[in-house]
Amino acid sequence: MKAIISVTGKDSVGIIAKVSAVCANYKANITEITQSVLHEYFAMIMLCDITGITVPFAEFSDQLTKLGRDNNLEIHAMHEDIFNSMHKI
Amino acid sequence: MLDTKDIMETIQMIREENLDVRTITMGISLFDCVSDDEKALCDRVYDKLTRKAEHLVRTGEDLEKRYGVPIVNKRVSVTPVSLIGGRLSPDGYIRLAHTLQKAAETLGINFIGGYSALVHKGMTESDKRLIESIPRALAETELLCSSVNVATTKAGINMDAIRLMGGVIRETAYRTRDRQSIGCAKLVVFANVPEDNPFMAGAFHGVGEPECVINVGVSGPGVVSSAIRRAGPCDLSELADVIKKTAFKITRVGQLVAHEAAKALDVPFGIVDLSLAPTPAIGDSVAQILENMGLESTGAHGTTAALAMLNDAVKKGGVMASSHVGGLSGAFIPVSEDAGMIAAVERGSLSLEKLEAMTAVCSVGLDMIAIPGDTTEDVICGIIADEISIGVANTKTTAVRLIPAYGKKPGDRVEFGGLLGYAPVIPVRTDSPSVFIGRGGRIPAPIHSLKN
Repeated sequence: MKAIISVTGKDSVGIIAKVSAVCANYKANITEITQSVLHEYFAMIMLCDITGITVPFAEFSDQLTKLGRDNNLEIHAMHEDIFNSMHKI
Repeated sequence: MLDTKDIMETIQMIREENLDVRTITMGISLFDCVSDDEKALCDRVYDKLTRKAEHLVRTGEDLEKRYGVPIVNKRVSVTPVSLIGGRLSPDGYIRLAHTLQKAAETLGINFIGGYSALVHKGMTESDKRLIESIPRALAETELLCSSVNVATTKAGINMDAIRLMGGVIRETAYRTRDRQSIGCAKLVVFANVPEDNPFMAGAFHGVGEPECVINVGVSGPGVVSSAIRRAGPCDLSELADVIKKTAFKITRVGQLVAHEAAKALDVPFGIVDLSLAPTPAIGDSVAQILENMGLESTGAHGTTAALAMLNDAVKKGGVMASSHVGGLSGAFIPVSEDAGMIAAVERGSLSLEKLEAMTAVCSVGLDMIAIPGDTTEDVICGIIADEISIGVANTKTTAVRLIPAYGKKPGDRVEFGGLLGYAPVIPVRTDSPSVFIGRGGRIPAPIHSLKN
């Protein structure tokens, strides 16, 4: 089971570290990262294997949203099925 | 890995363009609750609803978190109550209405639909008692929705039922006069009503439906609107393609949520309703789509053509994205629930007559339109008869949800709040159709209904 974590907002030191720490904390395995910085804006998409996460996905997602709020970033974790449904036939 | 562009597109649709799943509606049959004892009937109804839909709201919330897409409403529709009421007295019907309200409160859902009667060819005694109880039932409850089907292409138009509904609508407006006549926002008069519609106020669980079913209504006018804006000055064939592709993506989200909700609740999946359902939120407007297509204002000449194309393209895109399509499936044009429609009426660009023409090419009908409080019963019946005949003659669903706002005049405003929004009171022709309406009887079914 995979989830996609999207992070957008103003660039600052340690964004990847903070998001990765939450993933590690709940045993979500990061399998792929793409990220870019355009002017001072940061955008990252992480693909995570959430098969072994230690809490329900909703709680994992809430933790990331909270991390985003605390750091002035938009962070959303969404199950990959929504993207597959929309963009693959 | 998925394409980054695709991922960002989905996120943008949800965060900025108001993509949501408008409703997960659980249809529940009440046939096995029938009893000749009023208390036993009410108890069984309450028990069954609270048992079957116990996990509906939680499941909706879980899916919302899982996919990151808002699921705005969780609702229940039931077997048309006039079919299970049997010998209930008018007061008995009111008590059943309160039972439905109580069950809805316990479940935490936003609406419960099915305080309904199907009287397209004639009325049973039970149907009549239910219809006459509607104004009180809607005045004394908050979450209950009611609908009456007065015509089908097969049966023709029951003008006696329309005559009755004119009075019911006015009385409902009066009984809820202290709340801007809001009762009328929960009452729909239909032609060719679908039995699996997940949208309120017209949802009920039809007689051909299983014991319990999950139907889902998608939304997304904001997404279509943005896609059209991005498409720039292309021709209409290309524009139709843009709409189809967008509708496909929107519907796939609905299909995914419907499938997963049905699995989680262990209830069969019924249909996805491919409707563009607007909200009063800025940008989530069907009128804005029409204006992005190139009209100065919704209501301008050309509106019906633009809407017809939009409606058709949405269906073509959506139908491949879902395994079962049903319900109303088309663009909704409610006035009070669409910021662009409200603005067009306030500008004087959109009249009741143009709205009527638009309903010939889209779902559903004259929806959430506030009319002057002193509009006579006969005129209301005339408006209903016109709209219903469009549905009957075109073998499509049409409906009327009018709010004769008590004490209000053209130019005044009626505020309902939330998804129901607000509406400017629209002027209505006052020439009387009373002799025509007073004839009663049935308008025969059109010749093209004889297909066998």
